[in-house]
Amino acid sequence: MAEKTGSKDLELLTFKVADQEYSLDIMSVREIRGWTRTTPMPHAPAYMRGVINLRGTVLPVMDLARRLNLPSQDTNDRNVIIVVHLNGVMTGLLVDAVSDIVAMRRDDLKPPPEMTSDAQASVVRALTVIDDRMIRVLDLGAVVPARTDEIA
Amino acid sequence: MTLTVLAVDDSRTMRDMIRLALVPNGFSVHVAEDGLDGLDVLSGLAPDVIITDINMPRMDGFGFIDAVRAQEDHRATPILVLTTESAADLKMRARNAGATGWIVKPFDPGKLVKALHMVTG
Amino acid sequence: MSDQNDPMADIRASFFVECEELLEALQDGLGSLDDGVGDSETINVVFRAVHSIKGGAGAFGLEHLVRFAHRYETVLDEVRSNGLTPDHENVKLFFRAADHLSDLVRASRDGLTVPQDAGDALLAELDAMLGTPAETDEASAQVEFTPLGIGIDLGDLDAPFDAGSAPSTRWSIRFQPRAELYETGNEPQILLRNLARLGTADVTCDVGALPLLLELSPETPHLAWTIALDADVSEAEIREVFEFVDGLCDLEVSLALYDDNTASTAERPPAADVNAPAGVTLPQPDTAPQDMPAPPPARRAAEPPARSVVRVDLERIERLVNLVGELVINQAMLAQSLVSAGLSPHSDAMNGLEEFQRLTRDIQDSVMMIRAQPVKSLFQRMSRIVREASAAVGKEVRLVTDGEATEVDKTVIERLADPLTHMIRNAVDHGLEPGADRVSAGKSAEGTVRLSAAHRSGRVIIELSDDGGGINRPRVLQIARTKGLIPPEASLSDTEIDNLLFLPGFSTAESVSNLSGRGVGMDVVRTAIQQLGGRISIQSESGQGTTFTISLPLTLAVLDGMVVDVAGETMVLPLNVVVETLSLGPDDVQMLRPGAELVRVRGGFVPLYDLGAMLGYRSRRTDYTGCIVLLISLDDGNRAALVIDGIEDQRQVVIKGLDDSFFRAPGIAAATILGDGQIALILDPADVIAGCLVPLPVDARLPDRSSKEERLEHG
Repeated sequence: MAEKTGSKDLELLTFKVADQEYSLDIMSVREIRGWTRTTPMPHAPAYMRGVINLRGTVLPVMDLARRLNLPSQDTNDRNVIIVVHLNGVMTGLLVDAVSDIVAMRRDDLKPPPEMTSDAQASVVRALTVIDDRMIRVLDLGAVVPARTDEIA
Repeated sequence: MTLTVLAVDDSRTMRDMIRLALVPNGFSVHVAEDGLDGLDVLSGLAPDVIITDINMPRMDGFGFIDAVRAQEDHRATPILVLTTESAADLKMRARNAGATGWIVKPFDPGKLVKALHMVTG
Repeated sequence: MSDQNDPMADIRASFFVECEELLEALQDGLGSLDDGVGDSETINVVFRAVHSIKGGAGAFGLEHLVRFAHRYETVLDEVRSNGLTPDHENVKLFFRAADHLSDLVRASRDGLTVPQDAGDALLAELDAMLGTPAETDEASAQVEFTPLGIGIDLGDLDAPFDAGSAPSTRWSIRFQPRAELYETGNEPQILLRNLARLGTADVTCDVGALPLLLELSPETPHLAWTIALDADVSEAEIREVFEFVDGLCDLEVSLALYDDNTASTAERPPAADVNAPAGVTLPQPDTAPQDMPAPPPARRAAEPPARSVVRVDLERIERLVNLVGELVINQAMLAQSLVSAGLSPHSDAMNGLEEFQRLTRDIQDSVMMIRAQPVKSLFQRMSRIVREASAAVGKEVRLVTDGEATEVDKTVIERLADPLTHMIRNAVDHGLEPGADRVSAGKSAEGTVRLSAAHRSGRVIIELSDDGGGINRPRVLQIARTKGLIPPEASLSDTEIDNLLFLPGFSTAESVSNLSGRGVGMDVVRTAIQQLGGRISIQSESGQGTTFTISLPLTLAVLDGMVVDVAGETMVLPLNVVVETLSLGPDDVQMLRPGAELVRVRGGFVPLYDLGAMLGYRSRRTDYTGCIVLLISLDDGNRAALVIDGIEDQRQVVIKGLDDSFFRAPGIAAATILGDGQIALILDPADVIAGCLVPLPVDARLPDRSSKEERLEHG
């Protein structure tokens, strides 16, 4: 386990949310779409942006800034929806812009410092530094809430 | 020579199995779901041999054999009774109705083909 | 036979499908016996079902299944052949045996094992029923089968006519058929030919008994054969050739000496060629039939001819359904672009579009019919739940079903099983009182659970009722208050109290176990029903019982919708709930109390709901003058008036589920895709209103994980 190899075994998609840099394992990303108008869901939590038509299926879209308790900005044509895949379910994540795809080694990920007060602590899986910028790696399972109303 | 077989059984599984056992051995297999259905099929078919189940809805095997033997065209057609009942009295009842022989289920293809050859030569 | 396409695997799969049908027939038959409406054929049907399962199971080497089915069948056969009428207790036992048989079938199908204890106990009970000792020998004998192999060994059929090596044994066989041999379709010539295959046969036809032609009776055989067989076989193998004619002929088999066969040569006629027609005037059984048996009975009119059925992989149907869904969306898009291109409604293109619309609809209806299935299989599963649940709590419960032939989309049926199971267990456990309580309340000790299905105004209505004590409303109210689900001072109507049962977190099993109502997981049940685009409502009368009514769409795929504008959002309402549309005048709306208004409709008053505000899209209107209102009918027969901001269209929409979303909005049944590619939500008006009747605590609307943060934001 401790053996260090030089090969890069991880690719991260980096993107900006409220001027902060975040990333996701590229393996969980299905596609990136331009902004389209969402249909709002009544009584939804504020981070639930609404639903869009993804080639004939209904895709729920989450406002990632709201989800991370960051100041939400007005959406415009430059906004992007990252379609992610988790446990067989697709979800859209509304972000400001996609930056890059970065290949790196898993070993270069650092666990996030314990920040009990930070609402982000539970959703940030790791930190890494790319070109002197700190990039947060999101834990997708923690970002997208599980459905809670399944029949027991 | 292709022998034509009429198989009468209310179980789809059995019909499928009979087909599977006989078709690759060069038999031409026609099926019916019960006695009445069998008589229907028989009205347009001159099989070389008939295989029939005993327990069937609407018309059981005994009734079917009776009705077949009543038809001049099929008085000499060999009829094999296909049944899980190996009890002697059932064999006798089938024979009294006019059955030529019997095959006790579960059968394997060899047993079935052999029985057919026993009555068709 | 190739490995890629194993016909045995296909037949095996088909066998299990057939088993399901047989199990259904078995359940049906037992139900008829239990209701006392069975006739002599009913027990035959029951017997045949078990018998056929055994037959197939034997072919596939499913030992456990064969063993149990055989014993079960034996008991049924006793009942059948002795003309016994099984009593209620007997039928109950038969039902349990049927349940076990069904477990065995499924276990065999899925390659699982079923604990043998349960089966053994049942077998003991079945045997005890007839007062016979448990039979073991025959049962085990029955399972000594030969599993069907693909390879077909014709070994002994191909035994040479003339064995190359010198046979060491000469058999002497005398064979004289009786009349019955011909009557059963047996043919001496074939028997002789089969015999000849064992070795080298020297066949002599004995015509000594042949009368003169004038005296010949065609029905009486006169020929006999003597066969000298050189074959290295046993006597048993020779007798096997004559197995089918045992008792229909005189057969003598003996060992002959080689030099013994010349003894009667001088007297006997030349050897017959076994491959040529045997004998001189072989009595042909098909000549001149003298006493012809009665002609076959004509098919009874009451029995419809079997319909021909094609079995199709469900995936192919799903694909077709999806394609038709796309077709409908595309058609809507085309319609929209033709309209925006400014085409005249009387143009050829628009006329053609209309025809296209009609065809699309027909195709859609036909495709949906493919997926429709009677609810019968579901109801049968529920009758098992009733049996098991009533046995578990020691109550006598009778399940009465109605409308089993009602057809519903297959997916709906499958997804109803869990919530219905839940509800039935509740009804047996909590809905019905213990027998003693029932008797002292003047009811029969046996409780009744009624399950019915019917089509009503384009929906499927499933009702589950019990004749128990009804919901204990004071107790429900008390629990709701204790749990802080409603404000302590709130005064609720009976209906509102009953609806508390659907609140998440209303109750746990412990808190209602003594309650003569229900509540175990009813929120879960309601969610499941809503996911099917359905609604559930409750009616209860103290001392009389409780009825749950589930209203479901016929299909999950399409909906006749009214497309409306609500606060700038395009939404769809099911057309069938809309009774009429009204435009409000200045005096039409009356305030009942702040926040509760009524609208006057032809002398009556109907509660008014501002849809835009209820969905949280905008704040409440203060003036409704000029607003458009949809008058809708609710399942309980009441009406409600929904304020909307405009009607856009009426048309069929393709339903897209919201199942995969991490958030589920109350009042939203599903979604659809509009002609412009935008998503419109499909409302369930009754659910929107129900959400309004019982004010939900804020937390209940939010997914667990985020509730803390969200409360901050909302606060």
